Amino acid sequence: MSIFRVDPSRGEPLFQQLVDAVKRAVATGALVPGDRLPSVRELARDLVINPNTIAKAFRELEGEGVTVSRPGAGTFVSERRPTMSREERRRRLQEGFEGVLTEAVPWGATDEETRKAFEDAMARLRGRRGGGA
Amino acid sequence: MSGHGIVARFDRVTACFGTHRALDGVSFAVPAGGVTALLGRNGAGKTTAIRALLGLLPPTRGRVTVLGHDALTLPPAERGRIGYVGEGHPLPRWMKVADVVAYQAAAFPTFDRALCLRWLERFAVPPKRRVAQLSRGMRAQVALSVALAPRPEFVVMDDPALGLDTVARREFLEVMIDLIQEEGRTLLLTSHVLTDVERVADRVVLLDRGVVRIDAPLDDVRHLVRRYDLVFAGAPPEEGPALPGLVRARRRHGQWQVTVRGDEAAVRAAAQAIGADVASVEPLSLEDLFVDYTIGEEVAS
Repeated sequence: MSIFRVDPSRGEPLFQQLVDAVKRAVATGALVPGDRLPSVRELARDLVINPNTIAKAFRELEGEGVTVSRPGAGTFVSERRPTMSREERRRRLQEGFEGVLTEAVPWGATDEETRKAFEDAMARLRGRRGGGA
Repeated sequence: MSGHGIVARFDRVTACFGTHRALDGVSFAVPAGGVTALLGRNGAGKTTAIRALLGLLPPTRGRVTVLGHDALTLPPAERGRIGYVGEGHPLPRWMKVADVVAYQAAAFPTFDRALCLRWLERFAVPPKRRVAQLSRGMRAQVALSVALAPRPEFVVMDDPALGLDTVARREFLEVMIDLIQEEGRTLLLTSHVLTDVERVADRVVLLDRGVVRIDAPLDDVRHLVRRYDLVFAGAPPEEGPALPGLVRARRRHGQWQVTVRGDEAAVRAAAQAIGADVASVEPLSLEDLFVDYTIGEEVAS
């Protein structure tokens, strides 16, 4: 599964990287509700990481409502949107944008360019999700 | 396996060679069914600990128990439940690979010959070649295949990746993952390749000059130990800031950068109390964490 990338030389723990990768795949539409995730066993072999680490990531994803597991059938992308409070959404958006902007300012990006890049990114995301965003 | 979920236990183990203390009051446990990584710089005491575990070295003080027995008096039948892959992979150089397999098969009643040959094939090791003519990587692969063929419950590996190139190491890791997937198997390994440790370990024990510095689940360590950039309102102190859980402090751009083990909110509060703001916090890769722990004291003092 090439959409899940983990890199042990990065700062975040591997299970966190996997949680983020799955969420990113759902956000971009690479995974849609009802898609089955590979099994813990398969992912452990593909990514060459400890199956306990994968299991931990799966527990976290299920706890956040990103996936549901059906005993005997596997783990699936959840039909419902993950529940997140308005405050949590605001905080995450702010963190994300501040990260990008602190990098963009030293490049000399103008407000206009920044706004355009944002609109383009939104449009691409909407396109991939079939206009559903 | 041994009933209480602990496969091996070090209990205040001290090992002296003359005046040198290779291990100094070392205590830790290896839980069943997981992968414990024993880390440390060269000379930190890793190999001494493994020798004590295998009953090859009587501790000066303390006790090592393995599979419920004192490591020094482990009955031979129990010894067969332990697989060992040693540093440097000593094998009889004049033997052909196939002879090594036959020789080991005769020594272990539970030796799974088919499994051993399957692994050798996967590693593309030619069975007719003599050990002396194999590359270091191939010798490691033979040693591993042979050690694992009796299907031991407890596998002890001392720097198994030593001398393997990138591709051979990756194949080796894949074998490790397969091993872990088999229910109930316990692994203890030492390694200097921390990105590999990150991939396979559940638990880490860090030895530094014979003393245990970390003994915790890997995720806990990664979650709790972070690097903070401090900014002092006034002049930064000359000495490293005294924070609870401080691992390493170093001067960066006139301010202090500290690696601290503790809950982030508590660290922020402690920083505030000594007149510093936290300008940034970042998690550490296992490699950075290892460096900060093993050189921390010298730099902070």
